[in-house]
Amino acid sequence: MGVFRSAVITFPGSNCDRDLAVALEQVCGGEVLRVWHGDAALPDKVEFIALPGGFSYGDYLRSGAMAARSPIMQAVIEAATRGVPVLGVCNGFQVLTEAGLLPGALLRNAGMNFICREVALTVENSQSQFTAGYHAGQQITIPVAHHDGNFFADSETLDRLEGEGRVAFRYAEDVNGSARQIAGILNAAGNVLGMMPHPERMIEAAQGGSDGRALFESVIKGLVAS
Amino acid sequence: MKVRVTVSLKNGVLDPQGRAIHHAIEGLGIHGVQDVRAGKLIELEVDNSVSDADLETMCKQLLANMVIENYRIERVASQETV
Repeated sequence: MGVFRSAVITFPGSNCDRDLAVALEQVCGGEVLRVWHGDAALPDKVEFIALPGGFSYGDYLRSGAMAARSPIMQAVIEAATRGVPVLGVCNGFQVLTEAGLLPGALLRNAGMNFICREVALTVENSQSQFTAGYHAGQQITIPVAHHDGNFFADSETLDRLEGEGRVAFRYAEDVNGSARQIAGILNAAGNVLGMMPHPERMIEAAQGGSDGRALFESVIKGLVAS
Repeated sequence: MKVRVTVSLKNGVLDPQGRAIHHAIEGLGIHGVQDVRAGKLIELEVDNSVSDADLETMCKQLLANMVIENYRIERVASQETV
């Protein structure tokens, strides 16, 4: 493996793209490329793609709806299909569901309020390439900051997600009305993770904790090993 | 020609916005409203060349999220005030 290359996609209205890039630089190292939504292609040899939080396109129509149809997303979908790990955080998760890379949808929080605080999460699946650095059942603390984090899917889809071990993280308590307290899910192949909480905001003690660090470590370790 | 697309949440999908509106209506002192569901109205001005199939595609791929929403398409005569 040459120099590790990751990419952070920036949409108009993204606001956590720099945080995500810093987390990638500090934890994964290598080269972090910043990619604009209007680009038609990803840079060569990108090994990890991250979609940041924020309010892409002002949340017009639906959160993530416009971003999911932006030019770069065709390249992201194609890369995800090839098995490149793709992480979507917060608005990034909304974009991944809108793009059809992950099932379900993120609705307005059940309590209508924007929720911005640290929440306790339970790691449900510690076998994925994003969560191998945690152990199953581990409780971690990661902040959320969202208005539309209420995960919805029909009961068949929820059963399938649970049955296939595709629930990566669950809220330890009801935070936003999410079905079965789901905070993060994987695609069937396990290389796409969408989550509402922000692991990039918890990578060192100065941020109040480092529980998010293992997620980025898991990805880089998995790639080095493969 | 004008086209009116109404996007509404599917049955069973929680609508906290509708619930808040319902609560506010009760605050007006008006009773007897059983339920409130909020949706979206999208108006398009389209050429005659835009087919019904095109409109369906627009709705399915962009205007509505089929996981949570239904849509209804109405072609409206241009003289009618929308």
